[in-house]
Amino acid sequence: MKPIIETRNLEKTYIMGDVRVNALRGVDLTVQPGEMAAIIGASGSGKSTLMNLLGCLDSPTSGEYLLEGHRVSRLAADAYADIRNEKIGFVFQGFNLLARTTALENVELPLLYDRKKRIPDPLGEAEKALRRVGLGDRLDHEPNRLSGGEQQRVAIARALVNRPSLLLADEPTGNLDTRTSMEIMALFQELNDQGLTVVLVTHEPDIANCAKRIIEMRDGQVRSDRPVKDRIEAPRPSAGANRGKAGRTA
Amino acid sequence: MNLQFRNLVKVSMKGILKNRMRSFLTSLGIIIGVAAVIVMVGVGQGASQRIQSSIASMGTNLLIVFPGSSQAGGVNRGAGSWNRFTMDDADRIREQCRLISAVSPVVRSGDQIIGGGNNWNTSIYGVTPDYFTIRTWTCEQGELFTDRDVASSRKVAVLGKTTAETLFPGQNPVGERIRIRNTPFIVTGVLKRKGQTAMGPDQDDVVLAPATTVLYRLKGGRYVDMLNASAASMEQMAEAQEELRTVLRAAHRLRAGDDDDFTIRSQAEITEMATSTTKTMTLLLGAIAAVSLLVGGIGIMNIMLVSVTERTREIGIRMSVGARGRDVMMQFLTEAVVLSLTGGLIGILLAFLVSLVMNRFTSMQAVIRPDIVMLAFGFAGAVGIFFGLHPARKAAGLNPIEALRYE
Ligand SMILES: Nc1ncnc2c1ncn2[C@@H]1O[C@H](COP(=O)(O)OP(=O)(O)O)[C@@H](O)[C@H]1O
Ligand SMILES: [Mg+2]
Repeated sequence: MKPIIETRNLEKTYIMGDVRVNALRGVDLTVQPGEMAAIIGASGSGKSTLMNLLGCLDSPTSGEYLLEGHRVSRLAADAYADIRNEKIGFVFQGFNLLARTTALENVELPLLYDRKKRIPDPLGEAEKALRRVGLGDRLDHEPNRLSGGEQQRVAIARALVNRPSLLLADEPTGNLDTRTSMEIMALFQELNDQGLTVVLVTHEPDIANCAKRIIEMRDGQVRSDRPVKDRIEAPRPSAGANRGKAGRTA
Repeated sequence: MNLQFRNLVKVSMKGILKNRMRSFLTSLGIIIGVAAVIVMVGVGQGASQRIQSSIASMGTNLLIVFPGSSQAGGVNRGAGSWNRFTMDDADRIREQCRLISAVSPVVRSGDQIIGGGNNWNTSIYGVTPDYFTIRTWTCEQGELFTDRDVASSRKVAVLGKTTAETLFPGQNPVGERIRIRNTPFIVTGVLKRKGQTAMGPDQDDVVLAPATTVLYRLKGGRYVDMLNASAASMEQMAEAQEELRTVLRAAHRLRAGDDDDFTIRSQAEITEMATSTTKTMTLLLGAIAAVSLLVGGIGIMNIMLVSVTERTREIGIRMSVGARGRDVMMQFLTEAVVLSLTGGLIGILLAFLVSLVMNRFTSMQAVIRPDIVMLAFGFAGAVGIFFGLHPARKAAGLNPIEALRYE
């Protein structure tokens, strides 16, 4: 199968005045469609830098990045914008929702920039995405009237609305309590079960163990890359009484 | 392919409506600027229309003949006796000019007059009955004096309405006696009110008497100050003017190469002279107002720049979900233009309101000119584009990561 993500010797150097920070020092990473991978590592190890490159929010200093087999390293800014719009859903730690804008309008946002009109009914699609994350009854709520977990669900719905092939999340549970974190992870697992490739960053072991694969980073390089043995199956809302509690399955 | 127009307007309108107060304050400069331009030019226009109509009220197809050459830089012959008008000049024009329907000498004098136990300082004009025709002036009470009164220099007078009311308040002055410089005159009539001129004096503050009487009995001279004439038809004003000129030149025995020793002004020329001043004034007022519009534009730029900084995160979010730099630029540009155009529209409404109030409650008349309204509106749009461009480009140049990181 053609890998969805393939990087070869990816490097990123930030230059701040005289100081050069080698945030990524040769990352080789392959992610196949349908995978759910967690990137872990100490603060400053380059996780976010890698995610930004994978999400086409930034371009590498050197090295190659192939997204669905297409070389996307070092493209023009507009081409990056189009890839972000068509192929990638990105979820941030801080939600990054537009204030004073309803959940529905927040989710619709990517479709305003849907130049190819891939999605004919933006509002309908946005509503569908919100239902998918369990917020069908919060369409008209603005972010300040939503809990942290709900805000992150809106952000996930926004990441889904353009029907991406890859969902990236940089510490999506970083601002949430444990219970809510697990709810969000359940959602990611559900989406992954439906076939979506998910790559997320975390520094909590429980969250990482919700994935199928753990990639550990250190000093801008991949230190270890292993499958998860005891995967945590975050309780699905449909599981009723058990909701919110983390249970382990073999 | 960039953001569709519909989406663009939607996004921009949301941006504007989310910050109503700020949007309003941003537009305020434009609102005031546009309103100021329209009202200022309107006031100038109003003044010029007033002057035009008051000149029109001076008479029909009017030609005014002044002594002295109008040629600047010509040989100055001094105020020789031969280049002034006499009663004969008026008679000659009356007899010889076929295209002139009426002509009257005007002998100006000003003095204290006594009548009805009151006294009053006013203008005394010596004229012939043709003067009333030229100036379309009729009697309200009594009657006008006649050519025979002129021929025999009778001491009769017609009073302007203001003079009549001042000397004989609440009374009928017809048949009464007034004294001008100790010379008694009999009042034969009172003229209808003509009203105030725009800039000039009260036209009704006047005493009209036969030219000969004023000339010989009051002033004791030979020369009349000017001639007023009426062309037979509007179409033949130019021909009438030329005919009058020929007759006067002959009367003054001017030879072929000599300059005219008089100046003929047609009503059109007088109107033009008067309105050219107001035109300058209008231009000046408009220019001052345009500056305020410009300042309004700078205000827009200011707020848009602040807005770009304030909304850096928003820009980052939009970019992270696929907005191109151009989309962001167009969003900010559209916001600036929408702000300035809405400001322009409100400014136009305000201008209408202000001029309405002005016309009703003050003596100033503001006449709104559609071309200026369009111009001011167009200018507001241009200001929006011009001053919106810089902040918009600044927003477009942001890097999504840095924009998202911005606090
Ligand atoms: N925009 C930037 N400019 C300069 N240095 C940066 C920038 N972003 C990240 N870094 C540096 O790069 C390294 C990796 O950062 P990051 O990828 O954010 O790490 P992590 O997400 O794993 O905590 C850190 O040393 C950080 O200080
Ligand atoms: Mg990070």
